[in-house]
Amino acid sequence: MRLYIKYISIHLKSQMQYKASFFLMIVGQLLLSFTVLLGLYFMMDRFKTVGGFTLEQVLLCFAVVLMAFSLAECFARGFDLFPEMISNGEFDRVLVRPRGIIFQVLATKVEFSRLGRLIQAAIVFTYAIPASGVIWTWDKILTLVLMVVCGALIFFGLFLVYAGFTFFTIEGLEFMNVLTDGGREFGTYPYSIYGDGILKFLTYVIPLALFQYYPLLYLLGKKKDIFYMLTPLLGLLFLIPCYLIFLFGLSRYKSTGS
Amino acid sequence: MSTYFSLLKMRFLNSLQYRAAALAGIATQFGFGFMFISQYLAFYRVNPLAFPMGIDQVVSYIWVQQAFLTLYMTWFFEGDIFSAIVSGQVAYDLARPMDLYGKWFCQCVATRLARAILRCFPVLILGLLLPKPYALTLPSDGLQFLLFVISSILTLGVVVAFSMFIYISTFYTLSPTGVRIISSVFADFMAGSIVPLPFFPDGFRQIAELLPFAAMQNMPLRIYSGNISGMEALYGIGFQLIWLVILVTGGKLWMKKALKRVVVQGG
Repeated sequence: MRLYIKYISIHLKSQMQYKASFFLMIVGQLLLSFTVLLGLYFMMDRFKTVGGFTLEQVLLCFAVVLMAFSLAECFARGFDLFPEMISNGEFDRVLVRPRGIIFQVLATKVEFSRLGRLIQAAIVFTYAIPASGVIWTWDKILTLVLMVVCGALIFFGLFLVYAGFTFFTIEGLEFMNVLTDGGREFGTYPYSIYGDGILKFLTYVIPLALFQYYPLLYLLGKKKDIFYMLTPLLGLLFLIPCYLIFLFGLSRYKSTGS
Repeated sequence: MSTYFSLLKMRFLNSLQYRAAALAGIATQFGFGFMFISQYLAFYRVNPLAFPMGIDQVVSYIWVQQAFLTLYMTWFFEGDIFSAIVSGQVAYDLARPMDLYGKWFCQCVATRLARAILRCFPVLILGLLLPKPYALTLPSDGLQFLLFVISSILTLGVVVAFSMFIYISTFYTLSPTGVRIISSVFADFMAGSIVPLPFFPDGFRQIAELLPFAAMQNMPLRIYSGNISGMEALYGIGFQLIWLVILVTGGKLWMKKALKRVVVQGG
């Protein structure tokens, strides 16, 4: 852990060397998802509700997903760049070092410019948290924290799967974007609006709905059952198959030799 | 002219090599299309009367948009061009007896065209085979389809002419990322890639429809879906043509100016 903090501080220092470019990247990242927010606003302004959720409630959902995703992307960027690591042979160096592999890949890159999205999520939160009409008792606060933290971990799991597949394909698999970028993009609305089939898929196969839709119901008081509050924790089980896929890929690893 | 043509062919063949990537792209585009349509269907269930265009028009809009994504996207740039400018390799290009603007323009057009041709058919066919309400509908008649093709070609020109501005700006900034992200994201939104223009609120929509971005994917997609037809479609095509001429002329002039003061960085 201490080593990881050391790595983080090194990355921060190195990225701060180019201050202007660093801040421009943050602004760029901020704008990038701003248009999504604008689109959401146009649609909600026209239709007022969707799937039984109001604008403020959808914004709450938007901010949770955006924050979870940007946290995952900021820290797990190493896995996003994994295809590069494999194809230029850098991964061989990782294998001979006396530290955990996942740890080392995590430590290769911490992308602070991704925090632009995090800032935007925080801004939306400051509006949506009071405006959503939720009475913020301790259990609601805990639910929100669980949603963001577990959401970040589930997205991290998806990055891990992506890296695992890279062992076979060498190239990155573009299709995984439907799950990662798509999960973020479509997570702006509660996953229930996409219909039962997709909700079931996102509950049992790729459990994105477990940190988004179900706890949101608890948060908004639509469901009183404490089970709904704890569904994000259930979603963490997803990390087990993700880890196994990564390990399986690792066992089949052949160096590209460059 | 034949130089441009062989350049086009070379690029085209080069891009056709990446078939596996195209397959993955098709699956991705199909997934995204399906989700977007589900999203609009959810809004449609809330209030069909608030829909500014027919639901089957929206569905067609999305499928055709996904099928020709590589033709319409504003956020795609040729990495070679940026690196040629930054590394100073552009000096070689300038020594060639060929207009640099034309060369780059061709290169961009060819890459996009090759990718689109590889990717569009599977998405379109799958869209046509899907059951209602997800089904892609064909244009009402042959004329409408012809107008769509013309408008698509013009869109390709406008999008590439727009991206030329960003390439040229690299002569001044040398670090393209910031400008690139911001301008392309803005253009993409105003062209109707996230929400089609008819869904924009009044006032905002009228302004958006005058900007060059409305001459991008907005036009062919709305013509295909039948949202714009007849005389209105012809006006739309005229509008695209005007913007194409303005952007190309402006781009050429700016390029001439930029090249006068270009400093080739070492090497």
